[in-house]
Amino acid sequence: MAKDMSYEAVMARNAEIMKKAVGIDYSEFEYGTIAFDYERMMRETGYSLQEIERIQQETGVGNTPVYELRNLTKLARKFAPKGKGARIFVKDEAANPSGSFKARRAATSCYHAKKLGYKGVIAATSGNYGAAVASQAAMRGLKCIVVQETFDSKGIGQPEIIEKARKCEAYGAEVVQLTVGPELFYTFLVLLEETGYFNASLYTPFGIAGVETLGYELAVEFREKEGRAPDVVVVTNAGGGNLTGTARGLIKAGATDTQVVGASVDLSGLHMASDIHFNRKSFTTGHTGFGVPFATWPDRSDVPRSAARPLRYLDRYVTVNQGSVFYMTELLAQLEGLERGPAGNTSLAAAFKLAQELDEDQIIVVQETEYTGAGKHIQPQLTFAKENGIRVEIGDPADEVPGESIILPKDPSYVKIKELDLNRMRRSYIRNCIQSTDVKKVTQEDIDFLVEDTKSSEEFVKSVLDEFGVEY
Amino acid sequence: MDAKRGDWVRIHNVVLEAGERAPNLPEETQKVPLEMWTKGFLLNEEAKIGDKVEIETYIGRKAEGTLVEVNPYWEHDFGKCVPELLYIGRQARELLEEEGE
Repeated sequence: MAKDMSYEAVMARNAEIMKKAVGIDYSEFEYGTIAFDYERMMRETGYSLQEIERIQQETGVGNTPVYELRNLTKLARKFAPKGKGARIFVKDEAANPSGSFKARRAATSCYHAKKLGYKGVIAATSGNYGAAVASQAAMRGLKCIVVQETFDSKGIGQPEIIEKARKCEAYGAEVVQLTVGPELFYTFLVLLEETGYFNASLYTPFGIAGVETLGYELAVEFREKEGRAPDVVVVTNAGGGNLTGTARGLIKAGATDTQVVGASVDLSGLHMASDIHFNRKSFTTGHTGFGVPFATWPDRSDVPRSAARPLRYLDRYVTVNQGSVFYMTELLAQLEGLERGPAGNTSLAAAFKLAQELDEDQIIVVQETEYTGAGKHIQPQLTFAKENGIRVEIGDPADEVPGESIILPKDPSYVKIKELDLNRMRRSYIRNCIQSTDVKKVTQEDIDFLVEDTKSSEEFVKSVLDEFGVEY
Repeated sequence: MDAKRGDWVRIHNVVLEAGERAPNLPEETQKVPLEMWTKGFLLNEEAKIGDKVEIETYIGRKAEGTLVEVNPYWEHDFGKCVPELLYIGRQARELLEEEGE
């Protein structure tokens, strides 16, 4: 009998399809009511850092150059109090084979898929990860399908996403493009079931462990050249994997004093599943529309337990406006001779301001760049914004309204950051844990898990449990 | 005839009709179908735009859908002139030159 391919029937087979397509039985790591053993999952299903270094070396991933941004540092110091203005560095992840740090995640996923005997890999992504999987799959002799949310209902697509589709095809992948909507997941499941390929999810232990080398390289390289690990590392945050992997790598290198700051583009007020809002934003990743929901509920991803858990590692989380990221992208090219981004420059915009709070002898590192190309560049992206009725102005970024305007800072002093309240996000995460399990009473194990998963204290977790009437 | 067997084409499908969309979506998304496109080599002997066809994708997967384009290509580019960007580099260079080191 033919399988029932209706939406409801396929979605109901989610767990079964995923188990085959990821090869991990996540139930092994569950205990308590809310808790699961994150570290054991990372240890037993992932690879050691040394193994990953070897895997990545095989396909030319990692060991990317680090540049000191001397002119941007000088510019930041002009607007900083006397004695302030940390040295700004950038790790040029665009030097990876597919042009972004995502090659690190894809390298381990594709290696693992090949090792387990899968014929191909599938990834659901509109971002750089698609190209990364396609590129690594090509190197490993695997077939590749990338499923993208690309168009609004008029068939109009963000130039940045179109470019990424082109790049995937360049590596021999099939690109399946869809209009706006989370039911993309249904198509993704159908393709996994039909092909029997590996789900090269961004959120498996392999994917996250692949980024650990980035944090590790930073700590080692700065110790060699500057005598100590960076004081602050700024990470563009969307699904949380970049931040989680980088922070874990820093910790594995013993750089436990390095502060990890997340940065996202502020897209507040825009709905990510809206057909109308879809083309009214100028960033397709690295924004709060992913950053906040994935931090406060990581297990919303395409695997049962996400290995990307940013709240475990975040010391601080800031936002910048779209205009400031475009502005910094232009400055990076004009003052440092590096044409990169724009989306990857979200953390650069934040670092420019954060540097002004730090002492001159301190070191702040922007841990990624990404390639630039047709469509994926400030000019086409701002052209597209204008064509979609967005006002592009020069002024005070504080006045920017996502979906209505993009405001370029009128001078460098107008590049500002907004602080997100981490305790509010931690509370929201705990609330989501309670609601999804419908738990009335938790164990000490659950409490310990929540303390770790939110990098908070027992007192804080208990106060939130009290608030929601959960016994312990 | 618009395409013959072996031609590189783009096909279209409606995955979910408006009204079949997942709950909890914004109204504007509920009102429109979920559409899908992919590309491949035409397997039918010949076809016109708008015909139901079968293709073999680049990786060798078979798929069916409505023929919408023959020899599809990308049109994205480096956009138009955005005059609003022109002050950025000049202003920053002037600021850096102001006092020197």
